[in-house]
Amino acid sequence: MAKKLIIEHLNAWFGNVQALKDINLDIEENGVTAVIGPSGCGKTTFVRCLNRIHEVVDNAKVNGSVLLDGENIYSNTMDPVLVRRRIGMVFQKPNPFPSMSIFENVAAGIRLNGSKKKNEIADRVEKSIKMSALWDEVKDKLYKSATALSGGQQQRLCIARTIAIEPEVILMDEPASALDPISTARIEELIQQIKERYTIVIVTHNMQQAARVSDYTGFFLLGELIEFNKTSDIFTNPKDKKTEDYITGRFG
Amino acid sequence: MNSFSYLKRRILNRFMLFLSYGSAAFGVVILFLILSYIIIKGASSINLDFFIKLPKPTGETGGGIANAIVGSFIVVGIASLIAIPVGVMSGIYLAEFGKNKFASLIRYFADVMNGIPSIVTGIVAYVFVVVPMHGFSALAGGIALSIMMIPIITRTSEELIKMVPDTIREAGLALGIPQWKVILFIVLRTASTGIVTGIMLAVARVGGETAPLLFTAFNNSFMSFRLDQPISTMTVLIYNYASSPYPDWNAIAWGSAFVLIIIVLVVNILSKMFTNTKYSL
Amino acid sequence: MMGKRIGDRIIKFASLFFASVILVLVAGIVYELIKGSDRSLATFGWGFLITSTWDPVNKVFGALPFIFGTIVSSIIALIIALPLSIGIAIFLSELAPKKVRIYVSLMIEMLAAVPSIIYGLWGLFVMTPFLQTRIEPFLGKHLGFIPLFQGPPLGVGMLAGGLILSIMIIPTIASITRDIFNTIPTLYKEAGFAIGMTRWEVISKIVFPQARSGMIGAVMLGFGRALGETMAITMVIGNAPVISASLFSPAYTLSSVIANEFTEATSKLYISSLIELALLLFIISMLFNAIAKLLIKRGRFTQ
Repeated sequence: MAKKLIIEHLNAWFGNVQALKDINLDIEENGVTAVIGPSGCGKTTFVRCLNRIHEVVDNAKVNGSVLLDGENIYSNTMDPVLVRRRIGMVFQKPNPFPSMSIFENVAAGIRLNGSKKKNEIADRVEKSIKMSALWDEVKDKLYKSATALSGGQQQRLCIARTIAIEPEVILMDEPASALDPISTARIEELIQQIKERYTIVIVTHNMQQAARVSDYTGFFLLGELIEFNKTSDIFTNPKDKKTEDYITGRFG
Repeated sequence: MNSFSYLKRRILNRFMLFLSYGSAAFGVVILFLILSYIIIKGASSINLDFFIKLPKPTGETGGGIANAIVGSFIVVGIASLIAIPVGVMSGIYLAEFGKNKFASLIRYFADVMNGIPSIVTGIVAYVFVVVPMHGFSALAGGIALSIMMIPIITRTSEELIKMVPDTIREAGLALGIPQWKVILFIVLRTASTGIVTGIMLAVARVGGETAPLLFTAFNNSFMSFRLDQPISTMTVLIYNYASSPYPDWNAIAWGSAFVLIIIVLVVNILSKMFTNTKYSL
Repeated sequence: MMGKRIGDRIIKFASLFFASVILVLVAGIVYELIKGSDRSLATFGWGFLITSTWDPVNKVFGALPFIFGTIVSSIIALIIALPLSIGIAIFLSELAPKKVRIYVSLMIEMLAAVPSIIYGLWGLFVMTPFLQTRIEPFLGKHLGFIPLFQGPPLGVGMLAGGLILSIMIIPTIASITRDIFNTIPTLYKEAGFAIGMTRWEVISKIVFPQARSGMIGAVMLGFGRALGETMAITMVIGNAPVISASLFSPAYTLSSVIANEFTEATSKLYISSLIELALLLFIISMLFNAIAKLLIKRGRFTQ
């Protein structure tokens, strides 16, 4: 399998606090990679470094390299805006644009990235909402406000919005942590359905979720990557004592 | 003894709370007193002519304030044309790029500007515009009002743009949308209901101003659409006609006050309903 | 930073440009006010502030009657408005049921939205005749031994000016005071009720001390508003540069004299003196606003 992302010597800071320490990790193409660890371990910061969204926060710094198909997204010639078009992101709390309708939410990324053709936009919106398994629920109210949807629907809308700009990688930062179990199950199903087409990196604090949805798992602790392996190996045969303690519920 | 002091405390309590209710009643009563006088005295001078005719010379009855209504809209229009872009853009700067010393200075200056007495604003616009143009003008009036509007719109826009959560900005950026488009088409749009309301309130407020217009827009007995000529406004007209010894003119002042207060109150109540029902993040 | 787009730069610099307009405007305003006053400053110096003659014919100008009129009318306004505003604030934050509160709040806000010229019109035609025929004769008859209430009842004058200003600053003081009362945690008040305090005791012994600096700020802000107010007071204060102990006497304020005389000022010294009055008014208002903002900021209850 090809390596979609190669992360080398990645460090990140908030002001003087180092949030990530020398992370080295490869992400397989068309696989689901889960990032687990206790709160404050740097897992969210890690995925936020992969699409250069970490740097928009005040006082945030990054160094090291992240190679996307062999090209460093942190090189001086790389435009972060173009990086983010190729590496999409779904956030922890559903964040649809509150002043836009459902349709406009999904269309926003396409339109604001320069596409003008009405038919094309409508097609892509419909396709994306269908892929996010939301179509049947919203097809009659596409022009209603997105904030009227339930939390789980909003999150799937956010996934549709991300899919609509046709990224290669989708980062998901605890996408189900704010949702009820049924919505969570739908999101997990959705991940299974779309993983053929995308490379997915998902942060989760829920180890069962990581075990269910991912092919690879990385365990983070205090800003360091403790262990990275196939998910089956991590959960059945962890190499590191700390990983074992965490997955067996001894801390975290 | 003990029960006596308890009684005293109870009586004091009753008395003070009674005063508090009384104060609230006073505020409400004063508002009704003012409004009812304006409505009763004003409504009687209102008819169709009032809106479409020009003022009559002294001694003749009838006539209207068409020129002053048009003039007020022109002057407030000029002020809005200047103050809305300056105010909203400054608000964007303060909210999106405003974490530095320079922005704090701008904020401070906007507050200073907001506190300038309106009559002083009039003098300033006189010196800025009337003196170089060698005459009173609608433009000078508009600029005077814009000096009052700019700080209001700036600080309102800043507050409302800041209320848009960062997660919305990040959602936009994560879609590969450039920052400038995120600000203009996502953040500003999210804040737009509130900003529009703020602008409406600012317009209503300066629309009721008189002092800044006395020696800028001045007045004009005729219909004028020219920006470089003096122009009549409802507020200055009220002032001039109220101070005149002729009852007919006083009546026109009441009529104009009626029109003015209706506009001001409607805008205020509308904006209140607007914010209560629609504005939700 | 590398990779920053041209659009990002444009919006940053465009917004910075417009924000700078504010800076330039304020600097321009201060500069023009000082420059416009220079002839008067040079002619009268500090004496301008303590001279009570205002004689355009002989070109002798002094600001004292206007400073007196401005400050005294604002103090009267404050004496009347303060207890009423606090009463309204208590009503809105502590006493009123929710429904009543919404409507009364709205009405107090409407009071703030009424244009100054309308207060002036109402003051001139409704309030001053009432003062002249009812209130002032009554006060003169019963309290006439005090110099404050001596003299013929004219209706227009210091009392009318102070009254109309008081109505205009009530919404300012009341709404800020209410906001500050609302920031005080219920927990504190409940503690008072729990030890058997009456509602008034809770308000006076728990709410007031917590809110004190904010309340002083609200008062300063109201005072600043009163000082700068023009139209309403110009229409009711009588417009005579007189310094009198009587509240019935006409008076004149800084803002009123500018409003009345600026367009008629003929000599350069006259204009310059009026602009110096504007400068004075500007400085006094700035001072009160600055102190008020500081106190209100400090006065909000923060845990």
